[in-house]
Amino acid sequence: MTDKATMQAIAKLVPQGARVLDLGCGDGALLSYLQRENGCTGYGVEIDDANVLACVKRGVNVVQLNLDEGLAIFEDDTFDVVLQINTLQHLRNAETMLRETARVGKSGVIAFPNFAHWPNRLSVMRGRMPVTSRLPYQWYDTPNIRVGTFKDFEVLARKNRLGVVDAFGLDEVGNVVRTLPNFFASTAVFCLERQ
Amino acid sequence: MSFIATPQFMHFEEALPLTSGASIRDYTLAYETYGTLNANRSNAVLVCHALNASHHVAGVYADQPKSEGWWDNMIGPGKPVDTNKFFVIGVNNLGSCFGSTGPMHTHPDTGEVYGSSFPVVTVEDWVNAQARLLDRLGIAQLSVVLGGSLGGMQALSWTLQHPDRMRHAVVVASAPNLTAENIAFNEVARRAIVTDPDFHGGDFYAHNVIPKRGLRIARMIGHITYLSDDVMNEKFGRELRGGIDLKYSTQDIEFQIESYLRHQGEKFSEYFDANTYLLITRALDYFDPARPHGGNLTLALARARAKFLLVSFTTDWRFSPQRSREIVKGLLDNRRDVSYAEIDAPHGHDAFLLDDPRYLSVMASYFDNAAKELSA
Repeated sequence: MTDKATMQAIAKLVPQGARVLDLGCGDGALLSYLQRENGCTGYGVEIDDANVLACVKRGVNVVQLNLDEGLAIFEDDTFDVVLQINTLQHLRNAETMLRETARVGKSGVIAFPNFAHWPNRLSVMRGRMPVTSRLPYQWYDTPNIRVGTFKDFEVLARKNRLGVVDAFGLDEVGNVVRTLPNFFASTAVFCLERQ
Repeated sequence: MSFIATPQFMHFEEALPLTSGASIRDYTLAYETYGTLNANRSNAVLVCHALNASHHVAGVYADQPKSEGWWDNMIGPGKPVDTNKFFVIGVNNLGSCFGSTGPMHTHPDTGEVYGSSFPVVTVEDWVNAQARLLDRLGIAQLSVVLGGSLGGMQALSWTLQHPDRMRHAVVVASAPNLTAENIAFNEVARRAIVTDPDFHGGDFYAHNVIPKRGLRIARMIGHITYLSDDVMNEKFGRELRGGIDLKYSTQDIEFQIESYLRHQGEKFSEYFDANTYLLITRALDYFDPARPHGGNLTLALARARAKFLLVSFTTDWRFSPQRSREIVKGLLDNRRDVSYAEIDAPHGHDAFLLDDPRYLSVMASYFDNAAKELSA
């Protein structure tokens, strides 16, 4: 999600001056935007060498860690907002990381590709795994090891006793989709709070 | 082709109080500088050296074309630490054998060679001595303090002892203290030296001998710990020096790795001082900024104000990534600006001196940003 409109849509969910932890921060573009536009501080966590380098280039604090090894390096309740933007689908321990997000942050924003988006459904109905701009990989070479839907995530959040403060979809260009997001949105966005 | 480096010497008459309670006066620090100090004296980078290195960080000496400084791949015009932008200072630590006052020099009170009476120095003492050198050079605040391994410990110590004297600290392949295993390796090396019949309790200078046997073994042990198992296997494997036939000898060199270690040990014993080796390994053992805080590194790092870059290497088992992460955690707990790169390099601890493109580009990018601040 490098698209500027999408980034702005996510940034709207982060309060001014918030202390932010961006899990799977990629090239640091969102964190850099939040620092500049929202006066935020914080850190990105990233595993990929090229992304870590991009963050250092941007002057964004980045910690190179494998999220599948946990977040023990961060103490409880140290961030206002923990972001997991297009990260969940790459994690082996997606549920653990969700609980860790709630442990280290007062609130969380999770965004991931919604597998129940109608073009995906259509594709599966035709008997093929979807290949779209949000899920651009073939089934045999995809780095997305967890594909879930808007509705699936609601169930997972409830199971982990996380309160959904807000939930909506985003379309390809970052417009908010509030009508039947499980069907009409390519990206699912959840704002969570510990209950 | 590297630029020409010239060692310089600064003499200090005033006594420097040491952590041990002793003090040292009338001492000299050897140093080199590269690049130009800018008008507002803000572009200085201090490079702290590791165990067996010196002030000769980059460039070559005019009369020795092969005398590249130990971090010549990192520091120079157009290199990650660009001397077109930064004024880089390399300094040789007290107690070392490369020009700063050390055990082979004369005690000002007795007129005799220090030898075994050279005071035990700590990382903190070195940092305080370096601070005096900066005072003399008229540098109130460094842009970056930089070091690898033991040098990284000095960089970390700088941020705690003189928190306002640098904007950035870059700590590479280092640790917040030594593990028991690390201390054990140091102890074996020291025992090799002190039990050498030529050591004479540290006063071997008077006997005109050098405890070379001890130094050779110390270096061999050190060298093993600086490399990874994989690299050693790749470089030497089980290759025999004499071809395919075994000699059935327990004394002769059989394997290439033996030959290599003996060669490294021999070279080292030609130029390194035995007392210096004892002093430096002891400074390594003692370094532990968390000690006055009941072992709590987070409390210890609360004093730091610098922005940090930490770099570790996955195959470094002497100063493992876990040890760097401990420093990162302490800084995160204190909400300091910190970035951490864990470089997946095969070379072990020595990787910090080698040309890994991922490592060098992270360093270059970090220093680029530090340089941009200078003109901002």
